[in-house]
Amino acid sequence: MEPNGWILTSAALVMLMVPGLALFYAGMVRRKNAVNMIMLSLVSYVIVSLQWVLFGYSLSFGDGSDFIGFPSPMPEDLFAFYQLTFAAITLAIITSAAAERMKFSSFVLFGLLWTTFVYDPFAKWLWGNGWLAKLGALDFAGGAVVHISSGFGALALALALGNRAGYGEHDIKAHNVPMTLLGAGLLWFGWFGFNGGSSLAVNETAVRAVIVTNTAAATGALVWLLISLRSGRVGSLAFVTGAIAGLASITPAAGFVTIWQSIVIGVVAGVLCYYAMVYRVKKKIDESLDAWAIHGVGGAIGMLMLGIFNGKFIPQLVAVTVTIIYAFAVTYIIAKVVDVVTGLRVSEEEEYVGLDISQHGEEAYS
Amino acid sequence: MKKIEAIIRPERFEKVKEELERRGFVSMTVAEVRGRGEQKGITLQFRGRAIEVDLLHKIKIEIVAKDEEVDEIVEAIVSAARTGKYGDGKIFVIPVERVIRIRTGEETQ
Repeated sequence: MEPNGWILTSAALVMLMVPGLALFYAGMVRRKNAVNMIMLSLVSYVIVSLQWVLFGYSLSFGDGSDFIGFPSPMPEDLFAFYQLTFAAITLAIITSAAAERMKFSSFVLFGLLWTTFVYDPFAKWLWGNGWLAKLGALDFAGGAVVHISSGFGALALALALGNRAGYGEHDIKAHNVPMTLLGAGLLWFGWFGFNGGSSLAVNETAVRAVIVTNTAAATGALVWLLISLRSGRVGSLAFVTGAIAGLASITPAAGFVTIWQSIVIGVVAGVLCYYAMVYRVKKKIDESLDAWAIHGVGGAIGMLMLGIFNGKFIPQLVAVTVTIIYAFAVTYIIAKVVDVVTGLRVSEEEEYVGLDISQHGEEAYS
Repeated sequence: MKKIEAIIRPERFEKVKEELERRGFVSMTVAEVRGRGEQKGITLQFRGRAIEVDLLHKIKIEIVAKDEEVDEIVEAIVSAARTGKYGDGKIFVIPVERVIRIRTGEETQ
């Protein structure tokens, strides 16, 4: 069947994940940084929109000696645009680590370099018939390309930036929980295009991808809800974070697993991502909005569990290991280069006043 | 009776609350306020132009206490709210003429 209409729709769904993520993140920071947090997601979309049409797509999927042309089953513009939205949301996920302390101008430079030197190679290696794909590694909709790369990239950026002032000394609370819940809902909705469109066709695989995506998300949400009950209350932030953990983990496996397997993935991801988050907090690493624990660890879990389910564990293990090491190391180097060129952090006073005023001259709430 | 009005940094509020509670002072009224002190806010340099951030977000804590409790409350607030930098805030101690409990109508001294 003709896939064009579905892929165009899917591209629009994935684009909606960008403002969805912006709200998800912005609700979790303090009110003085809400505009900046939203802007980081939106500028990620803009940076990648241009980078992708100018050279990013060619690096990832173009013709050439080692860049073997991707057998696009649709007009190339359509495929390129669909893939653009993936690259954009991936960069937006990393802004978790930039929260409340990174210079906006530096993030723009960092984002351009990161998409070029980290995202594009992974897209090529796993989806552009690159060496990891030839090794047999499977990544249906971006467990490694999107989630491990951005999650471990965020960890590297957080370490390069350093913790927020006062981190660990006083509570840095979410300033608008409903905003975060709404953002999570939009992410979940957009994910149907993310995973459902990744079959690049209108077929049973697309339908299966959508239903296992929904199942893993629901499972992850319930697992975190149960964990949150240990405090005696039903935590709404835990609930939606669990859903995102389920979504990130099912992503690499969405086209390849059964509904039962997606429930198992949701349970394992829910539990392990939670403990990854606890570990991060215990280690006092200010990877502020948990891209590492949710996307990085979740993506790795999904990749490895797919390997267990399909009996091809080694290629998945290689892909996960390579992605973690490369994404972490190259992100750290890029961050250090940007630090030398423009400086990564805002001044202490700017951080105290908040990035909304210091970076944008605007306030979220007057 | 005295009213203690403390204007403090928002991020120190939890510590101040904990410290007061630890010493047995639970009652308080809290408001989010904005203001400026002698430093007249903060001037930020952003790409060559100056941005005046005139009114900064603060927390105002109001506590009414017996005269003999005032020193300990003030000490608790100072110890928990201090960072040593400009903008730590101020504490005002004000005489209170009458205190009436609405539930019972009783007047306490």
